Amino acid sequence: MAAQAPAVAITGISGNLGRALAKLLHGHERIVGIDRRPFPGRPKDLDVHQVDIRKRAAEELFRKGQIKALIHMGIMHDPRMSAEEHHQFNVLGTAKALEYCARHGVEKLVVLSSANVYGPHPTNTNFLTEDAPLMAAARFGEIRDLVEVDILAQSFIWKHPEVETVILRPVHVVGPTIRNAASHYLRLRRPWTLMGFDPMVQLIHMEDVCRAMALALTPGARGVYNVVGPGEVPLSAALAELERRPTPIPHLVARPLLDRLFKLRLSDFPPGELDYIQYLCTIDGSRFVKELGWKPAHSLRATIRSVDPSGLNLV
Amino acid sequence: MPAMRAKRRPGVGGLVQDGLRDLTFWLGGAEIESRLRAVARRANEYGVDPFGMDLDYTLAAIGPLLWMYKHYFRVQTYGLEKVPQGRVLLVSNHSGQIPIDGAMIGLSMLTEADPPRPVRSMVERWVPTLPYVSTFMARCGQVVGTPQNCIKLLENDEAILVFPEGTRGISKLFVQRYQLAPFGQGFMRLALETGSPVVPVAVIGAEEQAPALVDVKPLARLLKMPAFPITPTLLPLPLPVRYHIHFGEPMRFTGRHDDDDTELTRKVAEVRAVIQSMVNEGLRSRKHVFF
Repeated sequence: MAAQAPAVAITGISGNLGRALAKLLHGHERIVGIDRRPFPGRPKDLDVHQVDIRKRAAEELFRKGQIKALIHMGIMHDPRMSAEEHHQFNVLGTAKALEYCARHGVEKLVVLSSANVYGPHPTNTNFLTEDAPLMAAARFGEIRDLVEVDILAQSFIWKHPEVETVILRPVHVVGPTIRNAASHYLRLRRPWTLMGFDPMVQLIHMEDVCRAMALALTPGARGVYNVVGPGEVPLSAALAELERRPTPIPHLVARPLLDRLFKLRLSDFPPGELDYIQYLCTIDGSRFVKELGWKPAHSLRATIRSVDPSGLNLV
Repeated sequence: MPAMRAKRRPGVGGLVQDGLRDLTFWLGGAEIESRLRAVARRANEYGVDPFGMDLDYTLAAIGPLLWMYKHYFRVQTYGLEKVPQGRVLLVSNHSGQIPIDGAMIGLSMLTEADPPRPVRSMVERWVPTLPYVSTFMARCGQVVGTPQNCIKLLENDEAILVFPEGTRGISKLFVQRYQLAPFGQGFMRLALETGSPVVPVAVIGAEEQAPALVDVKPLARLLKMPAFPITPTLLPLPLPVRYHIHFGEPMRFTGRHDDDDTELTRKVAEVRAVIQSMVNEGLRSRKHVFF
């Protein structure tokens, strides 16, 4: 082991975004994957360890593995899982990951947060910058653990200046295999919209997010960066591009209705998500562009269309 | 290179939009149509700029307003050529119970200035909570009035319209007409921070469009409105007054935007004094309220 090149560790590698990142970095960096889920179809030369980040076995990997950098994206969001389970895995898992970095001489840490932590709000400025307060949990309690993860990483920047830490806050990640709220929503044939509301939305292709994480590994890069994809588009235009047939619902009834449907398990969208299709939560990504030369590879149209696995949308 | 056009909205909405846009062009005449079509577009392939302004939508939306501009208020403009190219803050008096003055200033810049310029103005922070209104405002280029939005627009060399009197100005009673209410300081900070010239604007006529005799304050509080004016027509329906819009010489200020308030207050007072004298001058030269 001692002769090996220092490795890049990736938590959450078995998820769809993690696999895309592994594919991007594989061959350029030695990868140490960490995930409690199995990695089906793993390439033989890809080093993946099926362990929970909170367990001692995970720390062993840091102790022995000569890890120079960690990309921490092992964050789960499942609206059906309890808030306690979310906090246990996401917040505690992140705290542990940060601890390992500080203790075992990891030089670089990239934490994948999300622009959703700012929270949609009617008084939001059109382009929130990195210093905007993280208000998402004020109206959408289920997202509190994600805010907590971001704040843990922020305080790590100050406590451990020796670890070069980057926090990335990308806009809604979409892609053929992505299974998050935004992608699920855009895949609905008859998605709800809120009558009379048509906020601008920002999307980023999953491959572009992976490229952004790779870019964050650049030596010298540190701090918090908003990551914007190919631009802004009205929600209605994105739905029209996908040939969806939206069902407008008056906003006053939508929330109680969705609350009821969610509790009856007839919908997988918690009512707090409605704010994202009512108000602005768009961000200013100019810092990442200016300081690290960020440029997304996928066009706006290609990014929107990527939610449909190729061809299936023609059916 | 042909400009990329947004896909036409389907159904009735699309038909209405096309009809209203044709109304705009018909009212404006052939010359304006060619000029408006040439307005610099910052739009992406979906026809909107990053703030959500859709020029095609705007051209449709202004149809009925342009009719009012031409045939109801018969707006006359003076000194439009003084508005410099590039970033600029238009600072105007505010009056008339319903904010038509902003739309009229915007139309004068869009249809009479050469080259035509879309004016961005700042809406109140509760506007995004209103269904339809929020979307309408955003597509017409109106953004929520946060300092960051203003700075970003000015840095993009846009023209921004501000009413430093705010609702104090628009809800003035008839006896207080043409006396400027106190000015807020926000616009001066923006001008200093972005190095934007300030163009003073005086609107004459709007004060008489809906004379408010009394302001029923308890009712206003109850309805959470800034004022509840009682006008001779009961509702503040605008009378067919003639609008005169005077544009003044650009004023350039230097200094720190985070200076103490006394220094800012002095600069703001300077702008206010210029607008007040333009208002007084405009009133003197006006022959008749309605003609």
